[in-house]
This record gives sequence, C-alpha cells and structure tokens, in this order.
Amino acid sequence: MVPLSHYIALSAILFVIGAAGFIFRRNIITVFMCIELMLNAVNLAFMAFSRFRGNLDGQLFVFFVIVVAAAEAAVGLALIISLYRSRDTLAIDELDSMKL
Amino acid sequence: MVAEVTFFILSALALGSAVMVITRRNPVHSALWLIVTLFSVGGVFLILRAPFLFAVQIILYVGGIMVLIIFVIMLVSVDVSGRQQQFSRQWLVGLTTVLILAAELGYALYRGSKGFLLARSAPAAALENNTQAIGTALYQNYMLPVEIASILLLVAMVGAVLMAKRKME
Repeated sequence: MVPLSHYIALSAILFVIGAAGFIFRRNIITVFMCIELMLNAVNLAFMAFSRFRGNLDGQLFVFFVIVVAAAEAAVGLALIISLYRSRDTLAIDELDSMKL
Repeated sequence: MVAEVTFFILSALALGSAVMVITRRNPVHSALWLIVTLFSVGGVFLILRAPFLFAVQIILYVGGIMVLIIFVIMLVSVDVSGRQQQFSRQWLVGLTTVLILAAELGYALYRGSKGFLLARSAPAAALENNTQAIGTALYQNYMLPVEIASILLLVAMVGAVLMAKRKME
C-alpha cells in the first residue's frame, strides 16, 4: 500500500516542475503546456485525498477541473492563434500589450 | 507490493518526462513528453482505483487537449518559434521563485506528513468500481455544477470560434 504522503510528494514535485517551466520558458505554447502540468499535479493531490478519505467528492472535483482545463485550452489556443496572426511571434516578452 | 513498484515506476516516468517537457527547445517535443507525463499520471489514477477518471484523463487530456495543442503548434509555424530564444532572461529571479516554492512545499510536507494519516490503509471496498457511483453523484448532488460546466464549455466554444476566425472584410 503506497502511503498518502508519497502521492502528495509526487504531486508537489510535479507542481514545482510545472511552475519552473512556466517561469523559465518564453514560448507561449510551452508556457501553456506547463499550466496543464500544474493542473495535473493538483488533480493528483485531489485524487489521493479522495481515495484516502474514502469519499467521492475529490474525484468529482477532478472531473470539473478537467472540464475547466478543456475550456481554458480552447480559449487559450484561440488567443494564441489570433496573437500569432497579428504579431507574428510566440515569445511572451514581445506580447506585452493587450491591444491588437 | 505490485502497487508500490508500479507507483514508483510511474512516478519516475512522470517526473522524468515532466523535466523533459520544460527543457526541450522544440515545442513539439515538449508536447510529446507532456503526453507521456499525462499517461503516467493516468496510471497513478488507476492505482488509486479510479478507472473513470483514468478514462477521462486519457480521452480528454491526451485525446483532446494535447491534440489541440499539437494542432496549434503545427498551425503557427514551428520555424519561427524554433528560432526565437526559448528560455527567459530573468533566470535568477525565476530560480529564486521556484526554490522558494519548492522549499515551502517541502517544509509543509515535512511538517504535515503526520497529519496525512487520514486512513493509514485506504478503505478497500468503498470506492471500488466507482464509475456508477460517480455517474449517480454527477446527476444528483452535482446537478448544478454540471449545468454550469456545460454553459462554460458552450461559452468557451463560441469564444474560441470568435477569436480564432479571420476578420471578415
């Protein structure tokens, strides 16, 4: 039986890796993927607590997090395409104004 | 015993490929490594006896979101993004932030790991084969969140179409 702290440690390390990528990378698509990585780490913590508490609410929360991640992916990627069309770049340092 | 070994293999795979995601220069490689990470995390879901969420993870994340991301990488030309600088110049500030976050989480885990003993061995039969239970809960107790989520998805779909379409002349 794997103890709960192992799951939480795995989740924390994944989250830190995602945060590191979020800060260090400049390509906006890679930054986006790092956000997905962090969301997944949080999902893992939810799942572990749900399993060890013995109720289902954590799993339902994970379900809704995945739904929101899908909505976020659709809108975010549409924004990236629209930004790329008007600026011709994907480097976040150059995408520093909201005006198209 | 099998669960422990599988857990350690899957977590090593997840962490290794997560590191690859943030270090590869080419976004396509990052996306492929991210798929490996998502599969490994899905495998951990299976160890946690959540077959429904495992299926959702594979179908929605790997089959939906990752395909969408790779599609967008192909749509915006890869050469442009490949030639640009990939790593941020403020690496010192970033490193400090990441180290502080890691230290914070590590300290919380170190101090709080005794509080994690909710049930030292998870209740065995309570959550086995829980797909039916999740379906029942979604359509009874969680009716309102499901409706809100569906509206959110509708709005996201309309918004994505609106933002990604070319301007009409």
